[in-house]
Amino acid sequence: MPYPTDRRYTKEHEWIQVNGNSATIGITDYAQQSLGDIVFVETPKVGAELTAGKTFGTVESVKAVSDLFAPASGTVTEVNGTLATSPENVNKDAHGSWMLKLTLKNPGELDGLLSAADYEKFVAEEAGH
Amino acid sequence: MSLVEATPTVRKTALNAVHRQMGAKMVEFNGWDMPVEYPAAIGCGIINEHMAVRTGVGIFDVSHMGDIRLAGPQALAAVQHISMNDASRLAIGQAQYSALLYPHGTFVDDVIVHRLGEDEYLLVINAGTREKDFSWVRDNTRQFDCAVENLSDDFTQIAIQGPKGVNLLQKLTDADLSVVKFYWVTRGMLCGLNNILMGRTGYTAEDGFEIYIPADEAISARVWYEILAAGKEFGVVPCGLGARNTLRLEGKLPLYGHEISDTINVWEAGLGRFCKMEKPEFVGRDALEKAKAAGVRRSLVGLEMTERGIARDGYKVLDGGGREIGYVTSGSPAPFLKKNIALAYVPVELAAVGTAVKVEIRGQGVGAVVVPTPFYKRPKKA
Repeated sequence: MPYPTDRRYTKEHEWIQVNGNSATIGITDYAQQSLGDIVFVETPKVGAELTAGKTFGTVESVKAVSDLFAPASGTVTEVNGTLATSPENVNKDAHGSWMLKLTLKNPGELDGLLSAADYEKFVAEEAGH
Repeated sequence: MSLVEATPTVRKTALNAVHRQMGAKMVEFNGWDMPVEYPAAIGCGIINEHMAVRTGVGIFDVSHMGDIRLAGPQALAAVQHISMNDASRLAIGQAQYSALLYPHGTFVDDVIVHRLGEDEYLLVINAGTREKDFSWVRDNTRQFDCAVENLSDDFTQIAIQGPKGVNLLQKLTDADLSVVKFYWVTRGMLCGLNNILMGRTGYTAEDGFEIYIPADEAISARVWYEILAAGKEFGVVPCGLGARNTLRLEGKLPLYGHEISDTINVWEAGLGRFCKMEKPEFVGRDALEKAKAAGVRRSLVGLEMTERGIARDGYKVLDGGGREIGYVTSGSPAPFLKKNIALAYVPVELAAVGTAVKVEIRGQGVGAVVVPTPFYKRPKKA
């Protein structure tokens, strides 16, 4: 699975795509594969404040509960409501199934995140363990 | 004979390489490296595996289960002494669900007791309790003229589960499976192997068989792939421990360390129908009699979430006012029923069907209701 180069990645397996001072967040294909059948996505409401590196929601597969970590700080402007009823969309297309959009507080935070190539390397190592 | 082992390393079944070759996601379960699910790319994943067993057939490597053989003139007396069900009712070739109990009426383990011969019994036990169970059985049967053998490492055990399981297995054996009733066993030629034990048992709340073949890697792999090939016409898929857990949960089949344990007694677990108090003696009987007279305080119930949220193992159960009243022993989405379900211990006065409760999920009380169990019952054959 090629990782799109139009976004950045966290070591907790979220992706973030920046457009000016707003950004879109989701989880990676590697994350959906590791989780298995996703049955539940819980994200904060519009207006909630996210802090980089802190948990902002939960994704659950049949077997496991996983926290979602914010790749950057900001204010939630939009939530993907279809994931409440069709969480399996994340399995089908993780890089197309965004979870929320936010206004970035400090776009400079993104500099510390991984590029697609670095993330690919990172998961290859993690999978090898 | 095997000694009581300290097991610092993770153990592997004879099919371990096969699971890895098939791309299974592996996890450690009770000291064993086991497949939790197979890849979506081959039509698997917990939900697909679960659905295959409910509607067609799925196969599981359950070689991590243990096996204890009791044989000798007093084998029946020994089995009667250490288990709560009545093994004297078993005909040769018949099996029953039972449990080994501590003197205070709580669980050493639950077991399936098979009567294989006039004076020969096979107990199939859980992976996580193998060594404990064997020591316990050996120590508690010393007074009987009966040999106790740990055969746990001798077998690769494969479960072929689902309504089409019988059709699949029949293609591979000369034994007439149509005459083998649920909880009976037979022996026959299977994939060219002689005298293979096949029991119409399982842990999925579905019809199916469990077969016991030699724990040789090459033989095990050959049989595994022959079963998959023969099952193609029935849509067979390999299944991991993930689906095994959701299947048994829908059927309210207990899991050691969850619904039953050394701190939970038979009455609390709702397993009284497998406990024959009319037997004059068995380990745990006196304590159970007293416990019954004293009154049972908590009870295992089925919960269905009425609000958005998934109850998980260990979550607290709250009453309407937010007071903690119990805990979830097993909780999961139920793939066939398409509901979020759980088993939980609650006080008996809050155990009635229809009682509204809450499950604490990430600090929030989420609505649930006590429902009849089992959640799933397989349709009776016409």
